[in-house]
Amino acid sequence: MPTPLATFESSLQEVESSVTRTTPQSLEATLQAVIERPAVGVQLPFDTCSLADLDVNLHPTPRTLQSAVCGITTAVLGIATYGTLVLEATPTGSELSSLFPDHHVAVLRAADVVPDMETAFEHLSELVAAGRGDHVLATGPSATADMGSLVYGAHGPREVTVVLVEE
Amino acid sequence: MMDGSRAETAAQIERLLETEGETVAENLTDLNQGRYESVARLDEYDAYKSRARSIKADAIERLPELIETVRTAVEDNGGAVYLADDADDANRYIREVVQDENADTVVKSKSMTTEEIECNEALSAAGVSVWETDLGEFVLQVADESPSHIVVPAIHKSREAIAELFNEAFEPDEPLETPAELTAFARDHLGAKIRSADVGITGANFIAADTGTIALVTSEGNARKTVAVPDTQITVAGVEKLLPTLSDLQPFVELIGRSGTGQDITSYVSLFTPPVATPPVNFDGPETPIADDDRERSFHLVLIDNGRLDVRDDPQLRETLYCIRCSACLNSCANFQHVGGHAFGGETYSGGIATGWETTVNGIGSAASFNDLCTGCSRCVNQCPVEIDIPWINTVVRDRINRSGDADAFSFLVDPLVPDTQPDGLDPQKRFFGSFEWIATLASKTAPVSNWLPKLPGARSILERTLGIDRRRELPQFKRETLRSWFHARDGPALDTVRRTAVLYPDCYTNTVHVDRGKAAVRVLEALGVAVEMPAIRSSGRAPLSQGMIDTARQHANAVAADCIPLIEDGRDVVVIEPGELAMFRSEYAKLLDEERAESIATASYDLFEYIYGLLENGGDSTALAGPAEPVAYHAHCQQRTLGLESYTTAVLERLGFDVIESDVECCGMAGSFGYKSEYYDLSIDVGTALAEQFRTPATTDRTVVASGTSCTDQLDDLLERTPRHPIELLDPHTQNS
Ligand code: SF4
Repeated sequence: MPTPLATFESSLQEVESSVTRTTPQSLEATLQAVIERPAVGVQLPFDTCSLADLDVNLHPTPRTLQSAVCGITTAVLGIATYGTLVLEATPTGSELSSLFPDHHVAVLRAADVVPDMETAFEHLSELVAAGRGDHVLATGPSATADMGSLVYGAHGPREVTVVLVEE
Repeated sequence: MMDGSRAETAAQIERLLETEGETVAENLTDLNQGRYESVARLDEYDAYKSRARSIKADAIERLPELIETVRTAVEDNGGAVYLADDADDANRYIREVVQDENADTVVKSKSMTTEEIECNEALSAAGVSVWETDLGEFVLQVADESPSHIVVPAIHKSREAIAELFNEAFEPDEPLETPAELTAFARDHLGAKIRSADVGITGANFIAADTGTIALVTSEGNARKTVAVPDTQITVAGVEKLLPTLSDLQPFVELIGRSGTGQDITSYVSLFTPPVATPPVNFDGPETPIADDDRERSFHLVLIDNGRLDVRDDPQLRETLYCIRCSACLNSCANFQHVGGHAFGGETYSGGIATGWETTVNGIGSAASFNDLCTGCSRCVNQCPVEIDIPWINTVVRDRINRSGDADAFSFLVDPLVPDTQPDGLDPQKRFFGSFEWIATLASKTAPVSNWLPKLPGARSILERTLGIDRRRELPQFKRETLRSWFHARDGPALDTVRRTAVLYPDCYTNTVHVDRGKAAVRVLEALGVAVEMPAIRSSGRAPLSQGMIDTARQHANAVAADCIPLIEDGRDVVVIEPGELAMFRSEYAKLLDEERAESIATASYDLFEYIYGLLENGGDSTALAGPAEPVAYHAHCQQRTLGLESYTTAVLERLGFDVIESDVECCGMAGSFGYKSEYYDLSIDVGTALAEQFRTPATTDRTVVASGTSCTDQLDDLLERTPRHPIELLDPHTQNS
């Protein structure tokens, strides 16, 4: 049986997302290598990494949001069987950074990868009950087939990179 | 010459086949194939379907309570709930919210429910500009057309047609051509609308009543933007979208994308508990940090009744409310695949289940305009993630339509032929086909004269005008000597050992038209040690049921039960050649008879090849059957496939050394009487041609063609140069001896 993490990584590939593993210590260097500027984002829950130092705008205005090419956010869960990221919409505007720029970079603790949808829903029920009620289950890039064939980057990001942090 | 309304229907179908048919067929075949593949990857598929169904059943049962639960939850979160009686009521409320916000621009994500209430028209009339941000809906808004599919609304539009439309409407500097260019253009165009929007309107795929969480299943990201950017969100949803709890969403999240577009999951499943936490974005003040925007968000949940609470009290149609609008029943429907939702749909909804939806929200008149396009082939039944018996809903509505008609000028033609108990208003065409047992008996008694009569000059034209029987269709050739008279006139063989005793059910097609397959079946069964009996038994009631004549079908079922149950209790098996008849015994009788009798007939009846397979597995002597084996191309019957029985034919043939290639179209397009009807002849041929082409490939073109059903055989006979046979004829020991 492959581990949930291995399943998650292969599922991500199937849904056209890139994935890199890193550690808290190397997180800043890893991000430096994957993000393009101008970038917007929200503060990450790792004191080893400061997005501000990476020239990521953590207080975007409508104009800077609109012109950003890369958005960096956390994901609260990864769902192994689907390659799905659970993105929480927060008062700090995480939803906007994951949605407007062409490239979304999601940072996820490897420990937060759950095996399947059923387990994900157990967590989601708890989160919603605790007042954290807004989440997007995001799987791969934004897509449409409405214009005659499959095209990535309809209204949302064209490219998704997942940075898995192993502690 | 057809009568007026038939000619109109025929002309509409012909026009759509020419203009939209090809694009629709190509796109839908892909979605249908995608669904088969995606659900096969889900281990717990069947278990999830049953769970989804029981959650919906419980939710609809508790609907009034759930409305109050969600009201409390949304109000506690700071939003408002409005329960709208009907479309006008909903539109009035939405308009007031929009006007209170002084909104000029409203952006929308895709929502069939707002199509149902014609929300865009209501807002436009109030001077508000409304933009559809889903790319498919946007195409339709520019083209001023209505959706032809409930999930992929512009499925009838090819890339070329969209490019032409955009180039004409927007005159871009460089003409748009590729899907990527068209997408980028629409994204930019709609991006500007979203940035300037004052209000965002969404639908909802599901609503968790306990938390007030809205689930939106999308792929483009437009629904997320519609919610995130404006500070006011209105969500419009039918009351049936309520589920008791957030965790109830899980099986639906696993099923809906697979069942619809054939994706394991769509790109985005938003679970929002509005007013959402994301700060609104004011693009008119582009230099103020978004986090400093201190506007309060507001949220309105508009729940729509519009007939739903009435249908909840209608035991026959109530399951319509279980529907999650995934589109599996559209995509798996052969007729829908060929003609699309502009013919196979009512004012708002399309496909098989649209009969239930249109009857609920727009009235039976809207359902009547397309209800006949459901042939009852049942291919959708196993595809529905909430296990709705969609053909039954179509049959019930057809029955009600039959009862609402006016007596027809040509009724007198059918009256003396058919001693049924149907209402006066019933269309004579339906009554004629619904009475096939009587017609067949009469025609057989008077054969060959009955076969010559239609060949008299002008006869076909009269049949077409009065009964709508298309003159291009070959009519069945009735045999004077029926299967039963042959059976009882001959000296049956003395069997060394009697392994089983079986009643071979003499359905009226086998008995009066396809007599040879019946004779072959008798000889094959006897060769395998079965003592065959063939008492007179009423026809199953399939013919009247398919015309929506439920009372008549129930009379047949009662008669069959009276004939068969004593035989079954005496230890006889009932072996059935015609799959449509077997499907009556195995499934439909559950709706027509009490549980005990239905169960008794269902358990004792067998598909002919299922039975032979069982005999061979249990030591039956296959050398007693005909050889040598030849390569065959096999088309199973749609209802046989729904029951999962088609594999027995292939298994038996392969066991006997035949090399078998199976067709994989959903239906032959003949579907009983459907292909005879002048208004549907062209569609029937279009559907049948897809099957015939599978039997004209280099791999199949020289093969013997076999088909399990009468309809399929007749259709293939009309379309192929080779004469199709029933697979049982390949096994007939008589051929071996002669
Ligand atoms: S009836 Fe079933 S298959 Fe058809 S759209 Fe509704 S849920 Fe899907």
